[in-house]
Amino acid sequence: MIIDFKHRQSSHCESGVISNMLFHYGMNISEALAFGIGSGIFFGYIPFIRLNHLPLTTFRSATGGIIKRVTNRLDIGIKTQKFRNPVAAMAALDRKLDQGIPVGCQTGGYWLPYFPQAFRFHFNMHNLVVYGKENNEYLISDPIFSDPVAISPTDLVKARFAKGALAPKGKMYYLTKVPDQADFSTAITKGIKEVCRTMLKTPLPILGVRGIRFLANQLEKWPKRLGEEKALLYLGQLIRMQEEIGTGGGGFRFIFAAFLQETADLLKNSRLNEISENVTEIGDRWRQFAVMGARNCKKRARDGDTYHAMSEILRDCSDREKKIFQELVETV
Amino acid sequence: MKKKDVPQDIGMTNGVLEIIYAVNNEGRYELIQSAGWEAKKVTLNQAWDVIIDEITGVIKKVKIGKLSPLAFHMAKNQMNISLLAKYVRMNRLRIKWHLKPEIFKKLKPSILEKYAVIFGISIDELFEVPESVEYDFKKE
Repeated sequence: MIIDFKHRQSSHCESGVISNMLFHYGMNISEALAFGIGSGIFFGYIPFIRLNHLPLTTFRSATGGIIKRVTNRLDIGIKTQKFRNPVAAMAALDRKLDQGIPVGCQTGGYWLPYFPQAFRFHFNMHNLVVYGKENNEYLISDPIFSDPVAISPTDLVKARFAKGALAPKGKMYYLTKVPDQADFSTAITKGIKEVCRTMLKTPLPILGVRGIRFLANQLEKWPKRLGEEKALLYLGQLIRMQEEIGTGGGGFRFIFAAFLQETADLLKNSRLNEISENVTEIGDRWRQFAVMGARNCKKRARDGDTYHAMSEILRDCSDREKKIFQELVETV
Repeated sequence: MKKKDVPQDIGMTNGVLEIIYAVNNEGRYELIQSAGWEAKKVTLNQAWDVIIDEITGVIKKVKIGKLSPLAFHMAKNQMNISLLAKYVRMNRLRIKWHLKPEIFKKLKPSILEKYAVIFGISIDELFEVPESVEYDFKKE
C-alpha cells in the first residue's frame, strides 16, 4: 500500500508534519504558517532540567503543542492514539495505511537509521509521516530530510517505542476531518496573541523575554561558577539547542519572521512586514551570539569574545523581543 | 539572514541538507537548503568529544577486567543504567549486577538476547569490545 503523499522538506519536524498532512487533504498551509498558528515560538532556560548533565534551553513551545493548536484553531479533526503493546501499535498503523490514510508518528531519533551518525542522540520528540508499506519496509516522509526514505519494521518499532524522557509510547495520529474553508485570520490572531502572552506575561522569570535576560545574567557568571571547561560545555549545549536541525536558524526566530511576512499579506497588514524585518534582525543577533560562542568552544576566541560580550548580545535580544511582542499585541 | 549568507560548511552531516529560512533580494523569505554551519559543527563536535571520552574510559575499564562488555555497549549507545533498564525491562540493580565481568560471562542466552536485540547486534558481538571507537564524521 502506497499513499500518494507529497513530501515537502521543511525545517522543523512538528510544523512540517502538520503542514504536509494538511496539504495532502487539500489545505495549502505553509510550514511557517502552521508554526505561527500553532504558537511555536518560545523561550525557556530551565537549569533544573538536564540534558546530558547540562541545562535545558528551549526556543520553542512544548512538543506536541503546535499540532494540537493548529488542529484546534482551524477546526481540523485529529485522532491520536498511544499504545502499550508494540504489536498492536504496528497493526493499528497498518490498518490506517490500508485505508489510505497517512499517519503521523512520534519517534525517538536515535533509532532512525537514516539519521546521520553525528545526529543520533536520544531525543524522543521527532515527528514523521508514514505513508505506505512496500517490500516489508515502511515509507517515511520525514520533513527535515530532502527526500522520503524507507525503513524496516524493526527500526520503526524501536523508534516508536523509544524510552526515556518524553517517551512516545507508540503515539500515532491521523486527520479525520479537514474543512474546505478555514478561517485563517482568526487562527493567526489567536496564534500571535498566545505567543505574546507566553513571551511577555509568564510568571516564571526563566521563561519568555525575562528568561533570555535571566540566561544572560547566568551566562556571565558561568566561567567563575563552573570553571572554564564546564562553562564551555554549557555554552556549547546552548548553541546546539539554538541551532540544531529543525530550528530554521536563529532559534526559530527566522521561521517566525517568515510567518509574520506571510501573515502581513493574508491579513493585509503592512505593519506586520516591518515587525517581520525586526524579527529577522533578532535572529541575526542570535546567530552572532552563536558565532562568538562557537569561537570560544573551539578555543579560538578573539579579543572581545568574552562572556560579558555574549551576555550583552542576549540582553539585547531580550530587549528587542520584548519590544516586538509588545508591538505585536497592539497590531493584531 | 540573507539568502546569500546561508552557510554551506560541509562536514559531519554526511551530505544531509537542512532547511534554513532566509530572505532573498526582494526581501521575501525563502526555504534554503544548507549543508551545515561552522558554529554548529564546533558545538556538535564538542558534544561528541564528551561521548567519545566516556566510551574510551569505559573501554579501558573493560580491558582491565573492571567492567563487563555490557558497559561498553551501554556507553556506545549513549545509555545509562536507568535508560537501558527501561529498554530491556529489567530492574536497574540487575543491570548493575550484569556490569560485573564474571557475572556477565555466565548469563543465560535469553538474557543476553535481550541486550543484543536492543543494541542491534548478535550475542557474539555482545562480547566484542574494540580497542577504541572511531566515527567517520570525526575524521573530516
